[in-house]
Amino acid sequence: MKHIRFRFITGASLLAATVAIAGCQTSQHQLLAASESQVELRSMQSRAFDTTDRESMMRTIMATLQDLGFVIDQADETLGSVTATKLDRYALRMTVTVRPRGQTQTLVRANAQYQLQAVEDPEPYQQFFDALSKAIFLTAHEVD
Amino acid sequence: MVAIVVSGAAGCSSGIPKSALEMNPQTVENRQLQTRRFDTTAEGEVLSACAALLQDLGFGLDESETKLGLIAGSKDRDATEAGQVIGSALMGVLFGVYTPVDDHQKIRASIVTRPVGPSVNVRVTFQRAVWNTQGQISRLEMLDEPEMYEGFFDRLSKAVFLEAHEL
Repeated sequence: MKHIRFRFITGASLLAATVAIAGCQTSQHQLLAASESQVELRSMQSRAFDTTDRESMMRTIMATLQDLGFVIDQADETLGSVTATKLDRYALRMTVTVRPRGQTQTLVRANAQYQLQAVEDPEPYQQFFDALSKAIFLTAHEVD
Repeated sequence: MVAIVVSGAAGCSSGIPKSALEMNPQTVENRQLQTRRFDTTAEGEVLSACAALLQDLGFGLDESETKLGLIAGSKDRDATEAGQVIGSALMGVLFGVYTPVDDHQKIRASIVTRPVGPSVNVRVTFQRAVWNTQGQISRLEMLDEPEMYEGFFDRLSKAVFLEAHEL
């Protein structure tokens, strides 16, 4: 009887421990994980350009990504999205989207993923927009 | 594929390298190596010839967006290199240590066409991921040997019956 009770307690403890650990964090929570400061992140990842020529902007984005050593994975003119991957001892994946901003501007937003991490450092985005700005001969305006 | 690459290579991450999104002197050189100008305004025909050429080279087409002049393809091939295999065998015999060797690879290509005045510029970029005999990623790299690009454009030039001009 004592033996059975011991086994029961051990089993229950193990179960409780498992539930407790599992409750802390599962890797599934990454699905909706977002940065602490969404507004700041959006601002570092976005720039407005004084053009309404969507196609030209998208073609320039693809050319800029190729200049930076990316292979283009996917592009969709209707959605305004371009996704590309750079392999250089590491894997860097970027998705760039364009959409109209007001009557005269186009908003470009870039997201980068380095290995298994989201890139949340402003510098790489600044470098990307500098390159894009030079390629399209337009100033990249910061947005709020 | 990208997900596999990313998860495979994740072990060594320590933040994005400073130069990852920076233009450098190599940028212009690579652009010239990877781009040719064809004197035609028929962008669609050039793109279609590119698709046929990728198929000739054994690539499967993964993605295309003709409105933006894009074709992307990939192929999986053997990546065994005799030198590595001999080296690994020697290590085994001499030290009793098993060293994994390159086993298979995925080669990816994207072709982007762009009308420039009365011509169409075609830029192709190749890259590959190599897995070793233990299923780990052993290489992630851009393929930058000039012969590959020259060979590609020679074939494309013949396919569209047009001369491929360097930039």
